[in-house]
Amino acid sequence: MKFLYITAATAALLAGAASAQEISDGKIKIGILNDQSGAYSALGGLGSVEAAKMAVEEVGGTILGMPVEIVSADHQNKADVGSSIAREWLDAGQVDAIMDLTTSSVALAVQTLAGERNKVTMVTGGGTTELTGKACTPYSFHWAYDTHALAVGTGSAVVAEGGDSWFFLTADYAFGYSLEENTTKTVEAAGGKILGSVRHPLNNTDFSAFLLQAQASGSKVVGLASAGTDTQNAIKQAAEFGLTQAGQNLAGLLLMISDVHGLGLQAAQGLYLTETFYWDRDDQSRDFGNRYKERTGAMPTMVQAGTYSAVLSYLKAIEAANSDDAAAVSKQLKSMTINDAFARNATVAPNGRLMNDVFLMQVKTPEESKGEWDYYNVRATIPGAEAYMKPAEAGCPLVTG
Amino acid sequence: MARTSEIPTSEPGSVPTMGRGVQLLLLALGAVVLIGAPFVVYPVFAMTMLCFALFAAAFNLLLGYTGLLSFGHAAFFGGAAYFTAHAAKVWGWNPEFALALGILGATGLGLVIGAIAIRRQGIYFAMITLALAQMFYFFCLQVPFTHGEDGIQAVPRGLLFGFIDLNDTMTMYFFVLAVFVLGLLLIWRFVNSPFGMILKAIRENENRAVSLGYATAQYKLGAFVMSAALAGMAGGLKALVMQFATLTDVDWHMSGQVVLMTLIGGIGTLLGPVLGAGIVIALQNLLATSAFPVTIITGLVFMVCVMLFRRGLIGELAHSRLGRALGLRPPG
Repeated sequence: MKFLYITAATAALLAGAASAQEISDGKIKIGILNDQSGAYSALGGLGSVEAAKMAVEEVGGTILGMPVEIVSADHQNKADVGSSIAREWLDAGQVDAIMDLTTSSVALAVQTLAGERNKVTMVTGGGTTELTGKACTPYSFHWAYDTHALAVGTGSAVVAEGGDSWFFLTADYAFGYSLEENTTKTVEAAGGKILGSVRHPLNNTDFSAFLLQAQASGSKVVGLASAGTDTQNAIKQAAEFGLTQAGQNLAGLLLMISDVHGLGLQAAQGLYLTETFYWDRDDQSRDFGNRYKERTGAMPTMVQAGTYSAVLSYLKAIEAANSDDAAAVSKQLKSMTINDAFARNATVAPNGRLMNDVFLMQVKTPEESKGEWDYYNVRATIPGAEAYMKPAEAGCPLVTG
Repeated sequence: MARTSEIPTSEPGSVPTMGRGVQLLLLALGAVVLIGAPFVVYPVFAMTMLCFALFAAAFNLLLGYTGLLSFGHAAFFGGAAYFTAHAAKVWGWNPEFALALGILGATGLGLVIGAIAIRRQGIYFAMITLALAQMFYFFCLQVPFTHGEDGIQAVPRGLLFGFIDLNDTMTMYFFVLAVFVLGLLLIWRFVNSPFGMILKAIRENENRAVSLGYATAQYKLGAFVMSAALAGMAGGLKALVMQFATLTDVDWHMSGQVVLMTLIGGIGTLLGPVLGAGIVIALQNLLATSAFPVTIITGLVFMVCVMLFRRGLIGELAHSRLGRALGLRPPG
């Protein structure tokens, strides 16, 4: 009998050692790198870290018998701080994957670094299509959304809803132009017309002159090709001008539920916007949203829900591949179908793009809203394959060769 | 040493010979720290510190020795980073030429901005430099070669002089260290030259300097351009170290940060800005992974410095009894 015990114990030890060899250093460490104190801290920030922890708890804290650890850092929207931390994590901190990565300059810098070191990155915070284009690596993934999908989502679906004439308020820099250009293409392809556009400086505070032009154009939709405070200011001032009451609808091209929460329904009502996650969509997303709200006091944005999904998928891929080797995990991720509170039946394209569904939302009026965080009517669901750039056209060397 | 023969260090109560010995010892200690740093701390972190230290020292050349508070130094730092990154990545230049182009670009910018700004003094000077630097920021935001907020990414470090591979982290560190030491030597030489003396005279009393027959505007412009060129050297170097150039470097926060570094370390001291840069960068990186909000802590540190150490850390040390005993010269 004793002999049996000893044999069993030895076998268990050996098995433990064998599985430990599959995992490089006996543990899985995921780094969440984002803005935790600045302009983007509400849409990602510590909420993303919490979402990542929820994913780890969901798998029981261990994968293949190895503990999973979440580390996080505030890159303060500075590419050099982000890059220093990422280097230290990857070279000395035994971090296996880096996620979130708000701000496109930081996301691109870290993705390049991680690619050189054969480590996985899963971007949920940054939006630039460059990440799955020229800058793609075999181990890079772009999870929650991108600017192309937002433009396509808002553009085509709003036209289908009857908003077939557009006027743009565009922030005067590359990001604004690309939003305007992408949206223009989809609006025209869907049979809509562009009546004109006006460019306003970045970090503008007075939109009255631009809003008057938008009003005078007589368009049904006013597209806001900007981000952050610019979009928020434009929306607030449009409400003061009575643009929405006069029959024009605003369409924000990069807005999240945290922005709507900040603006309030009075100012934001009737606004079109595109997100890839809404907590009040079905039972599964409601369950996740409520659990998240209990921990953080707010409903998750698509970035935070996306980070949850990225961590969960990464861990599932490690389990399925029986290894934490970046190449094996990446291969596994690209062959998996992702199903969780965030993404349904979504596949991952060869350039690392998660092809999840994209939703066109319209913000409810204060009368329609039944309670806190009841903000959106889902107007249209656009399948990922239509919303995102075709992998072959994105310019990723892995796909085009 | 040349330093002691040029500048009278004899303070009442201090023994110059002992001071010199201690100074040599401190210098040796500094050398050991700089050479040993990459083996103790993370090399890229050490390199970032050196780049910012050089930037702060260049800024201090203007603020500490000429008394001009520029609020637009990010334009030179970030501008040079863009020029160097573009030359190295798109044109495929060797790092030394790319860096030289960065310095040249920053010098040009310094000449233009300086020529306009030195016509005014005090707060007006600061505001003009800020305004011109913001113009340059929006220029960088819009022109295609900077790639907007994506920045110029994946800049190759390349082969120094065509045969030294800088992709090796240690080689890169010693290249950065060499440029850093060269930069500091230049500043030291500049400050302790007759030119530097005239700058100090302008700082103390510009009218008197004019009455002595000096064309102060030319001297101020000279100092401004020199400071811009050295800030460019730091910026270009940083682009090679981090392998990207982004809008962060030309943003006005960067101009503010370098003021902070210089004030914490000590205005008008050679080592103050170096120490100040070290502290600010270390705080930024250490606090990033902690639960403390970075901006609030840096703000608190700044407040404490302004209220308790008016002269900055090195300045206070030099003024203390210990500093005098060590033979450290009070800033002057």
